[in-house]
Amino acid sequence: MHEVIWHGRGGQGVVLAAQILAESAYLQGFGGVTSAPTFGPERRGAPLTASTRISDAPIRTVSQIEQADIAVVLDPTVMTIVDIFGRLKNGGTIIINTPHSADDLSIDGCFTVATVDASGIARKQRLMVAGAPVMNTPMLGAFARATGLVSLNCVEKGLKKKMPADRAAANFSAVSAAFDVTVITPKHERD
Amino acid sequence: MSNVQIITGNEAAAVGVKLCDPRVVAAYPITPQSSLAEILSRYVEGGELKAEYVRVEGEHSALTVCISASTVGARVFTATSSNGLLYMHEQLHWAAGSRLPIVMCCVNRGVGAPWSIFNDQQDSVAQRDTGWIQMYCRDNQEIIDTIIQAYRIAEQVYIPVMVCYDGFVLSHTMMPVDIPDHEQVLKFLPPYKPHTILSPEDPRTINSVLFPGRRENPEGVLCDGYMEMRYKLQAAFEKARAVITETNAAFASSFGRDHGGLIWTYMTDDAELVMTGMGSIAAEAIAAADMLRNEGIKAGVVGIRVFRPFPTDDVIQAFERAQAILTFEKAISYGYEGALCSDLKAAFYGTGIHAPVHNYVAGLGGRDVKPRELAEAGRNALAMLDVRTMKNETRWLNCYTG
Repeated sequence: MHEVIWHGRGGQGVVLAAQILAESAYLQGFGGVTSAPTFGPERRGAPLTASTRISDAPIRTVSQIEQADIAVVLDPTVMTIVDIFGRLKNGGTIIINTPHSADDLSIDGCFTVATVDASGIARKQRLMVAGAPVMNTPMLGAFARATGLVSLNCVEKGLKKKMPADRAAANFSAVSAAFDVTVITPKHERD
Repeated sequence: MSNVQIITGNEAAAVGVKLCDPRVVAAYPITPQSSLAEILSRYVEGGELKAEYVRVEGEHSALTVCISASTVGARVFTATSSNGLLYMHEQLHWAAGSRLPIVMCCVNRGVGAPWSIFNDQQDSVAQRDTGWIQMYCRDNQEIIDTIIQAYRIAEQVYIPVMVCYDGFVLSHTMMPVDIPDHEQVLKFLPPYKPHTILSPEDPRTINSVLFPGRRENPEGVLCDGYMEMRYKLQAAFEKARAVITETNAAFASSFGRDHGGLIWTYMTDDAELVMTGMGSIAAEAIAAADMLRNEGIKAGVVGIRVFRPFPTDDVIQAFERAQAILTFEKAISYGYEGALCSDLKAAFYGTGIHAPVHNYVAGLGGRDVKPRELAEAGRNALAMLDVRTMKNETRWLNCYTG
């Protein structure tokens, strides 16, 4: 089973990203998928998480993920507030929306680090909502690249399940751009 | 042809209700039930569901609208959670006493005080003795399928059915659900035939005051007294066990999914350790059993799908070979122990089952329950096997206080 925690802030589409990944993974042929928001009230701008579980067999576990295999960070400003690495398995993968490279980030421990400037891509493609760049969908492209769990084709189909065709097309353009430029630093270690 | 959609428990419930074509829906929004009420009102507004959606000022009225509509011959639906269900308490008895086949979802949530919007099952377990059939779902597929079965059961035995599923844990978690075909559902679920129709063409008094004894009506016919009518409700419950089992079997042959009749079992045939619970905690116990099996411990799970009528014969059979039994309950009868634990032990009385029954209260107010915690409780139960006398002790899982 692959357990994924999405980190971001209320209003950034964290929950929707977790849902689109579940759709994409199911289309990819994984028989067991679940996606869940953080249970309880949510506030715009406050740090929050959502989760996706992906498995070949139907999933019977509905408890919270303790240690994820993969962490996706939509908003790098939460990294200093939330203990993201405390909920990521040693040796796991962290995918970060950042213009910086893995070496420029202070990451302790043994993780595969994938970086992509999702906000920059969204701005360049004018994929904006209420004046803010859309970063949840480009991060799905980075996820596909960094993990290999879902194909771009399945992400595109997953998008279409969750939004009208024109919006899905605009988002998919950012997904594939992010896929192309995601930089993966395997088992990044820093003293 | 399957039509799989990845949806939340509340979405699954709404689709399930729509497939059953109720004519009246009355509900008052309460977390975590709210999105279920919202989706149903959208269905009605958009014409997808040809029903009247009655907006009410509270849950007591929501159920009263359902009682009235059911009395004049409509198939009805309502849903609530927690304090909303408690506010219905008086009318729960009324619906059951009137023998109205109302179907309601209880999206399980802890009860205040202190306030909690999060999941446990104190709300529905506290309504155990109101005369409603109670069914508990372990995943979102079971929610949609159980609602369809619930109407068929209710309308056959004239007992209201409460379909319970865990708030947030299921109501807000998306998973693949195979949506049954509408035509096939209508074939499975015959039209609602009321036992008595209240109509202006045939005015009559229903549920007037009864005296302790039996009495003749104006036509000289000796009628049931209060006690006889209550006896008939209990007799209907006794009959409901077979109806629930038969309905599940008919559903399995029509739709290819068997959720168990009154209970479901997982690897119990050779199990020394049998864990049990209701709803999603029993599904978590399956993951715990898998962990224990990997360590060479013969573990199994019994899921209590129907809490009332209590599946007495089924549990006796399912726990026959168990050497240690664990109940995990998201509710407690304060001053004693988990209600399921008491009921199980009562069912075992006078049978050959003498295995120790360990009672755990778990997951109150949304406290996360993990398979590894259930597995650990299982190991502890096995370690205590040689202890001859068992104290009646309820343990609180993952609960620490001064």
